[in-house]
Amino acid sequence: MPIKTYRQAINEAMAQEMRRDSSVIVIGEDVAGGAGCDGERDAYGGVMGVTKGLFPEFGESRVIDTPITESAIMGAAAGAAQTGLRPIAELMFMDFLGVCFDQIYNQAAKFRYMFGGKAQCPMVVRTMAGAGLRGGAQHSQNLTQMVTMVPGLKVVCPTNAYDAKGLLITAIRDNDCVIFVEDKFLYETSCDVPDEMYAISFGEANFLREGTDVTIVGISNTVNKALAVADRLAAEGISCDVIDPRTTSPLDEESIIESVEVTGRLVIVDEMTPRCGIAADISSIIAEKAFGALRAPITKVTAAHSPIPFAPALEDAWMPQESDIEAAVRAVLGYVR
Amino acid sequence: MSLDKKQFLQAYRTMRTIRDFEYRVSDEFGKGNIPGFLHLYAGQEAIATGMCMNLSDDDYIVSTHRGHGHCIAKGGDVGDMMKEIMAKQGGSCAGKGGSMHIAAVEKGMLGANAIVGGGPPLIVGAALSAKTLGTGSVGVSFTGDGGSNQGTTFEAMNLAVVLQVPAIFLFENNGYGEGTAAGYAVGSKDIASRAAAFGMPALKVDGADIFETYKTCKKAVDHCRSGKGPIAIEASITRFRGHFEGDAQQYRGKGEVKRLMKELDCLKIASDLGIKQKLATKAELKAIDAEVAVYIDEAATTALAASSPDVSELLTDVYSSAY
Ligand SMILES: Cc1ncc(C[n+]2csc(CCOP(=O)(O)OP(=O)(O)O)c2C)c(N)n1
Ligand SMILES: [Mg+2]
Repeated sequence: MPIKTYRQAINEAMAQEMRRDSSVIVIGEDVAGGAGCDGERDAYGGVMGVTKGLFPEFGESRVIDTPITESAIMGAAAGAAQTGLRPIAELMFMDFLGVCFDQIYNQAAKFRYMFGGKAQCPMVVRTMAGAGLRGGAQHSQNLTQMVTMVPGLKVVCPTNAYDAKGLLITAIRDNDCVIFVEDKFLYETSCDVPDEMYAISFGEANFLREGTDVTIVGISNTVNKALAVADRLAAEGISCDVIDPRTTSPLDEESIIESVEVTGRLVIVDEMTPRCGIAADISSIIAEKAFGALRAPITKVTAAHSPIPFAPALEDAWMPQESDIEAAVRAVLGYVR
Repeated sequence: MSLDKKQFLQAYRTMRTIRDFEYRVSDEFGKGNIPGFLHLYAGQEAIATGMCMNLSDDDYIVSTHRGHGHCIAKGGDVGDMMKEIMAKQGGSCAGKGGSMHIAAVEKGMLGANAIVGGGPPLIVGAALSAKTLGTGSVGVSFTGDGGSNQGTTFEAMNLAVVLQVPAIFLFENNGYGEGTAAGYAVGSKDIASRAAAFGMPALKVDGADIFETYKTCKKAVDHCRSGKGPIAIEASITRFRGHFEGDAQQYRGKGEVKRLMKELDCLKIASDLGIKQKLATKAELKAIDAEVAVYIDEAATTALAASSPDVSELLTDVYSSAY
C-alpha cells in the first residue's frame, strides 16, 4: 500500500470527492493563493500546503480564495450548503473560531432542527489546531471542546493519515456540518493510505493497542503520545488499552465503557484546558455509566488552565507530555482504596 | 508643519532602529534563536514613525501580527522586545507573548495582535476611555489591507463614528494579505473611500515618505484632539520581506520585490530629502546608523545571553489575584 502523509491524505480525500461530486467546493483564505497577484496562482495551496493542487485541477469557481473574513466565509459556506453546494470551508487556525463562531453554532448547526427537519447544512469546516509550535496564545489552541458541546455539529479529530482520508470522505458526504480538526503536528507523519476512496464511520473508536491494566483515551495528537508511553510500559509488563475515539461528536462511549470494564482504570489525555473539556466530558460519562467497574479514580492529563504561553519552556510545561501520561498510568495502577 | 531638523533626525533614527531590529531578528530567526512565527515590518517604517511622532505616551495604539515597528516607534524598549521575541526572562511580556503579541503597555502600545481585525474594536474602546475620562488622548489602530476587510474592522469604524470618539484607523496597504492581493480582496479597491463611507474623513498618503506620513498623521491627530471624532488614513507601501520569515513569495511578480525595495525604501527617500533640505548631513546620518547598529547589537547580545522564563511563571497572571 502506498505511504502518504497526513497532508497528502487530506488533499487526496478532497480531490477525489471533488472529482466524484461537482457540488463540492473549497473556500477559504489563500486556499490557492496568488489571487490578483502578478506571480503564481496556487502559490500557497493553504498556509500548510494542504489544498495545493486543487486550484489547477478544479479552477477558481470551485477553489475559492477569499478576503480575510471568517464570519462571511463560514456563513457563506452554510448558506451554500443549505442551497445545493457541499462546501469545505477552511478556518486557517482553530483559534479564529472566535471571529466566526456565530455562523457555525447559531446558524449551520441549527438549520435542520430549527426548521423542523426541512433544511440541511452539508458542510465541512477544515481547521488546524494544536500547540507546541510556539505559535503563542492565539495560534496554538485546540478548541475541540467548544464545537463538541454544540448539538447539530459533528466533530472529527484524525490522528493519522489513514484515518484522515477516510474520515474526511465521510465528512464531505455527511449531510450535517462537520468540524474537521487537523492536528498541525501531524502533517508530516505518514502511514499506509490506499489510493481508492474509503469511508470511516463516525462514532467508531479505534483500538490502537489492546491491554488489560489501564485504559488510555487520547484526543488528537495526544493519542500518539499515549501510544508511545504504552509501548514503553509494555516492556515492564504494564498492559494498556489505547483508544482513539476519532470523533468527539458522536462519541463512541460503548468502546470506552467496554474497555474500562476490563481494566477498571482510566486515564484520559487531552491537549485542551481542563475545565469543561473533552477529558472532563469522558470522565463524567464513565463515572456515570461504568462506576461499578472502576478500581481507581479516573485521571485526566490535560493542559494547564491558562492561555498558551509563547516561551518554549513554558509551553512545554503547559501541554501534556509523555512523562505526565506515564505518571498518571503509574498513579492509577498504584492506587489503593 | 513639516519636520524640523531635530524631528527629522529623530524620525530617521527611529526608522533606522526598526529596520536594523527587523534584519537582526531575521538573522537570529535563521540561526534558530527565535521560536515561532515572525512577520517583519521592514519597508513600512515611515508609517509607524510618522504616526507615533505625533503621539505621546498618553496616546494609545493597537497593532497587528506585524507589530515590532509600531512598538519601537511608540517607545517600546528595544532590549526588552528582543528578549521577548527570543522568549527570554525580562522580555516585554515576560516571555508569554512573543513576536505576535509584542507590547509596551506602559507606553500606550496596547499590543500586537495575532487575530487579523482584532485591533480596531479595541481602539474604539481606548478612544472611548479618552473621551469619557477627558484625557485628551487619542487612539490609533494600525491595520493591514487584509485586516481592512474583516467584519470587526467595519463594525469598529461604524461604532467610532456613532460614538464620535478620537480614534484613527490607519490602514497600511502593502498590497498583500498573505499571498492574496489587496486589489483582489478589497472589493471597493479603495480602502480610504470605503472608510469615508462610514461617515468620517479619510486621507491617503505615500507610506514611503516620512515627510508625507508625518504631515498626514499630524492632520489626523489634530482632527481627533480637537474633538471632531474618528478619521481614517490609507498609507500605501510595500513589504520588503515575505508575509512571514520563510515565505517564498511565489505570488509576487518577477523582480517585483527588488524593484519596490529600490523605489520605496523610506530610509533612502528620507536621507535624500533630508540632505537636500539641509536637515541633515550625510555624516550625521552615518553617525546615527553607527549608533543604532551598536544599540541593536547590544540588545541582541544581551537577549541571547538571557535565560528562559522559569516554569513557575506558567500560572501567574492568568487572573488578577490568586485563583
Ligand atoms: C482572524 C484571522 N484570520 C487569518 C489570520 C491569518 N493571517 C495572519 S496575517 C494575515 C494577512 C494579513 O494581511 P494584512 O492585514 O494586509 O497585514 P500584513 O500582513 O500585510 O501586514 C492572515 C490572513 C489571522 N491571523 N487572523
Ligand atoms: Mg497587507
